[in-house]
Amino acid sequence: MDKDIMFILFNILILLFMPFLVIGIIKKTKAFWAGRKGVCLLQPLFDTIRLFKKDRTISNTTSWIFNFAPIVVFATTLFAGLFVPMVQCHSIINVVGAFVIFSYILGLGKFFALISAMDTGSSFEGMGASREASFTTIVEPAFFIILASLTALSGNYTFVSLADVIKSNGTFGVLIVIMAVISLFIMLLTECSRVPVDDPTTHLELTMIHEVMILDNSGIDLALLTWASGIKMVILMALIANLIIPLGLSTMASIGLFLLALILFSVLIGTLESAIARLRMSHVFEFVFVMSSFALVVASLAAVKMYGI
Amino acid sequence: MNYYVMKNNQRINLLDIPTVDFDVLRAQLVATNLRPVSFFGSDWGQNIKLFVVLADDEKGELLVSSSLIDKNIKEYESITKENHQYHMFEREFFEQFNIKPLGHPWLKPVRKNQDNYEFFEMEGEETHQVAVGPIHAGVIEPGHFRFMCQGEKIYNLEIMLGYQHRGVEDLLVKKPSNQLAESICGDSVVAYNMAYSQVMEELCGMEITTKAKLIRRIALEMERAAIHIGDLGAILGDIAYLMGKEVYGVTRTLVINTMLEISGSRFARGLITTGGVNFDINKELSDKIISTLNGVKNTVEKMTKAALKSSTVMSRLEKTGVVSKETAEELNLVGMIGRSCGINLDTRFDFCDEFYKDLERKPFRATNDAYSRFKIRYKEIIESISFIKKLLKKLESFEKEEICVVKKDLIPNSFAISIVEGWRGELVHVATTDGEGKLSRYKIKDPSFNNWYGLSMAVRNNGISDFPLCNKGFDLSYCGFDL
Repeated sequence: MDKDIMFILFNILILLFMPFLVIGIIKKTKAFWAGRKGVCLLQPLFDTIRLFKKDRTISNTTSWIFNFAPIVVFATTLFAGLFVPMVQCHSIINVVGAFVIFSYILGLGKFFALISAMDTGSSFEGMGASREASFTTIVEPAFFIILASLTALSGNYTFVSLADVIKSNGTFGVLIVIMAVISLFIMLLTECSRVPVDDPTTHLELTMIHEVMILDNSGIDLALLTWASGIKMVILMALIANLIIPLGLSTMASIGLFLLALILFSVLIGTLESAIARLRMSHVFEFVFVMSSFALVVASLAAVKMYGI
Repeated sequence: MNYYVMKNNQRINLLDIPTVDFDVLRAQLVATNLRPVSFFGSDWGQNIKLFVVLADDEKGELLVSSSLIDKNIKEYESITKENHQYHMFEREFFEQFNIKPLGHPWLKPVRKNQDNYEFFEMEGEETHQVAVGPIHAGVIEPGHFRFMCQGEKIYNLEIMLGYQHRGVEDLLVKKPSNQLAESICGDSVVAYNMAYSQVMEELCGMEITTKAKLIRRIALEMERAAIHIGDLGAILGDIAYLMGKEVYGVTRTLVINTMLEISGSRFARGLITTGGVNFDINKELSDKIISTLNGVKNTVEKMTKAALKSSTVMSRLEKTGVVSKETAEELNLVGMIGRSCGINLDTRFDFCDEFYKDLERKPFRATNDAYSRFKIRYKEIIESISFIKKLLKKLESFEKEEICVVKKDLIPNSFAISIVEGWRGELVHVATTDGEGKLSRYKIKDPSFNNWYGLSMAVRNNGISDFPLCNKGFDLSYCGFDL
């Protein structure tokens, strides 16, 4: 078989099925720290299959937006995933300036998620949408700054060139990558609603961010939305993994390292969630702003590297 | 002063209670600085008899007075206008007897007629209402919360309850039984059953054995420790501090499983009965209890230390949901919540329970916030465990005594009151008998009756996402309020 087709298949498989494993590992890690046995690693997959078999219940105060939004959210997330290389140097779509398209495609999905939450007319969902929107306004510019700086360093503004940052910039590159990884990890916690930003396991509507926006969804809609948020998590993890995994390894080694990185990130998130409490809503902004400050440092370092002092 | 002065757990003749003109009584209630513990009406032929019980916490005395109100009178001058501590009592009295307190600032339904409830409204461009409940996520009781918010900030919270009103006071009059009394509020089985049994014993003139009294108090302290440990876990669970949630959850199970060994029920159902207790604690069981509790104490101490060292936990707890001492006093907050606000009320000590006399009452440095509510629970768990050990030691010298005495008939025209410090706070049971020796009125006041309004005050000007944390810190009873 052609090698390119194999990579495309591999990328798609990772995008579609890794989310279940990642969430499964996070749950298992949390169970481990709590001294429980925990559910099976593939339970998230079984849950999704179960949801696909269920009927949808749709509130009669909603309009077509509520019906349409889950598909848009799922499709945009999956599409955005095609831009991200799952194994080094191999993304399905590789274009110059991919991070701009990537962000706006994800943004389109988020926009539909927000208006679909508002569409239900529930005060909880409106509150959730407002919180999600405010965090996004901080995360998005920081993401642009980081990706622009990193891809500029390698010269050709593509996601594939991310892996090149360390190799072509030496020690300086390592410094930049550390900053960028911390920053992107905060983005991962924020965008995928993990502790300390959001509590994915809470039952308290008033404190939720992401979960409250999908309170009214059921059946296939709910399955698509949770699947999409899992895919988003894998995409962001893959971005970080691309930065760290060194170039020039054999294919099998880089696939192995990539999967290992994803598993390690999941364990790290699970451990973090077991060790610290969630932040107060007003302090979450400060936490997310840390991402912006790291982004600025990355940008200035990149500028120094490119243009000298 | 037109009061009859009595002690806690005492029976008096109904006819000894002075009956004064309502205006005189009102003037007295407005003038005094003693807090009301019970305020209720009772059918009295052509009239309605209003009983008021005030507590003198310093002297450990209860002051009882009453007044006759003609059934044709439909309104009176509200006491709440001058003394806010009567706010809930007067609303309840109005709901039960339809006599309107004029000038009451907040005359809304207590338990009935929720359809006619008029919420406060707030208007403005950025203001919004959030309605939560009566059905909630998770397995909790029904209650409706209405938030008036601006953005994330709560301006006012109104709490509408009554969804679990079962009419237990009337049921108890018709068919008094321990089973009913202990089922009123599932998390305070011992406290409710103990208060009920004490009232009935007083009304019958029964003197129960010291051994039974000791076992009751051991169970009461076990209940306090168990629920407090569970609550610590729940508070930490609400702020997503998983380790605390799990560790406290496991530890609580150890305590309630010990209750299972004593009484065959994890919540001590069926342990207490009128006349004594149904189950004995022998030497072997006593040793087992002590060794379990030592382990529990160790775990709780370690876990609390770890949790309070975590900066993320402290940042959530500190300065969240502050109720100032002045507000707490004005609203007459009682029990553990009162103590967490700096009000040093504890009916175990204030009303000189003979068994608590030689137990040390340690001061608590209140900070009035969620941290204070966390810390007071920890303090009380440790104290309860040491009380249980001392009580078990005392129990050894009463080994030969019976655990239950023979029941007697009710004495006619009696009035008895029993105040028990459950884990939430003072639980007040008052009962009267008629001329034929039958129960004529049974009145219950759960500490939640005082404290629900405190929760409203706690969340003001806080973020709406901090409400669950405040709510868990108060952890008030819906069914104890709804009755």
